[in-house]
Amino acid sequence: MKLVTAIIKPFKLDDVRESLSEIGVQGITVTEVKGFGRQKGHTELYRGAEYVVDFLPKVKIEVAVDDSLLDRVMESIAKSANTGKIGDGKIFVFNLEQAMRIRTGETGPDAL
Amino acid sequence: MKLYKYLLSLCALMLMLFAAPMTFADDMAAPAADTMAAPAAEAPAAPAEEAPKLDTGNTAWMLTSTALVLMMTIPGLALFYAGMVRSKNVLSVLMQCFAITALVSILWMMFGYSIAFGDGGDMNAYLGGLGKAFLAGVHIDTLSGSIPETVFMTFQMTFAIITPALIVGSFADRMKFSAMLWFMGLWLLIVYAPICHWVWGGGFLGGLGVLDFAGGTVVHINAGIAGLMTALVLGKRKGYPTTPMPPHNLGYTVVGASLLWVGWFGFNAGSELAADGTAGMAMAVTQIATAAAALAWMFAEWISHGKPSVLGIASGAVAGLVAITPASGTAGPMGALLIGAAAGVGCYFAATKMKRAFGYDDSLDAFGVHAIGGIIGALLTGVCVDASFGGAGLADGVTMGAQLGKQVIGVLTTVVYTGVVSFILLKIIDMVIGLRVTEEQESQGLDLALHDERGYNL
Repeated sequence: MKLVTAIIKPFKLDDVRESLSEIGVQGITVTEVKGFGRQKGHTELYRGAEYVVDFLPKVKIEVAVDDSLLDRVMESIAKSANTGKIGDGKIFVFNLEQAMRIRTGETGPDAL
Repeated sequence: MKLYKYLLSLCALMLMLFAAPMTFADDMAAPAADTMAAPAAEAPAAPAEEAPKLDTGNTAWMLTSTALVLMMTIPGLALFYAGMVRSKNVLSVLMQCFAITALVSILWMMFGYSIAFGDGGDMNAYLGGLGKAFLAGVHIDTLSGSIPETVFMTFQMTFAIITPALIVGSFADRMKFSAMLWFMGLWLLIVYAPICHWVWGGGFLGGLGVLDFAGGTVVHINAGIAGLMTALVLGKRKGYPTTPMPPHNLGYTVVGASLLWVGWFGFNAGSELAADGTAGMAMAVTQIATAAAALAWMFAEWISHGKPSVLGIASGAVAGLVAITPASGTAGPMGALLIGAAAGVGCYFAATKMKRAFGYDDSLDAFGVHAIGGIIGALLTGVCVDASFGGAGLADGVTMGAQLGKQVIGVLTTVVYTGVVSFILLKIIDMVIGLRVTEEQESQGLDLALHDERGYNL
């Protein structure tokens, strides 16, 4: 099992979600985060005081998937979150040791 | 030992100030017409006709004005400031404004009104004495001109409330609540009430012919300079100016600025104490000057920085409101345009370039907007009163130059007195209980540190 974490631009969330559900991914967790990679920040101005704001709002999504689905999930996210401009984000894959569905107690791939 | 000496001297000073007039305390049933805010250059003589009668139109307007001016502080100013601080301090600002409203109301009723508007006998050029302390002699049917004295007293109370509340803007994010209460209470009685008396209560500045219709000196320059003193004595906020401290909720700030704009009709037009032509003109010039200043600040920022901002246009409007305040009873529409434009540009530079250049941390620009705006307005009042600017006209035998001279005296007197006394008060309170919160409290945020509350439980 793998935990796929992706940082994407916030307005791309709906596209990514639709695209994932089309390939059969049923659950997803979303967090609002801030960050930057190579994308520059912007300046804000308040009564003559200029601030450079490096951190940009992003969205982090996490999906737990079976190994067999991994490549299709990565491809799906990459395609739907892509705008071609700097700041599109990154995908990270973690090994998922164990998983359990709380309601039923199922473990392993059956829990995903 | 030093601090006891200071305390004793302060007590002795206060006793001296009040003991003399107390021996001449009158139980005045109906104060003479010259205790009102009449902007005439020569001392107004009480009309030698029948006794003043209650005018229901004037009274209705003044009851309304009083409510409008109270609204300017709560929630107008409270929200204006609250939106500009960081979210961890939002409640502390609201608490300060609300607490000042309550504290000043009581102190005004007890002593403030009397010091400001009482008859001080031999000392009347400087203080009104304690004849009206605890509102002695102010009964249900007592008149002040054509309105009940209760209404006049409450109207003036709302001015006494907003003036210390303005100072909050300078020390936001770092003052102890207890120290603030002490400072505001003492400041009201030792700084505000005397200056109020000098200009409006029959004191020497009004007698000299200084024009200040609704409080350019009494309220704005006064609060702005006192604010600068608090900024200097308290010192800069931790991390200023390198750490970004952007406003956390400009929506609040705009709502606050809007309430201030609307409420200011009570502040300026209400200072006529009557529902008449002068009040109508005061309302009109208030609107014109404010709009001019809002646009002026907006354009100045647009040109200087590249984009107009919401904080800028709201601040510009407030600057215009401040500057037209002393001129509202004497300027005409063209004068209002001039005053507004001058204040919009002048305060823009004061609150941005000048502040950065000098390095003081006047957090929310009480000095940059209120002191500078007040000074611009007070001086231009002397110019715009002239008929050539569409004003009400200079007093008989007074040239524009002479009137400008009087305005300068009014400004300088206020600046020096409030600057010096505020500074001394702050130093004394600092020695006795300390003015500033600890570094930890400042980092944690005043809402939690001083009030055990969170502004937002999202």
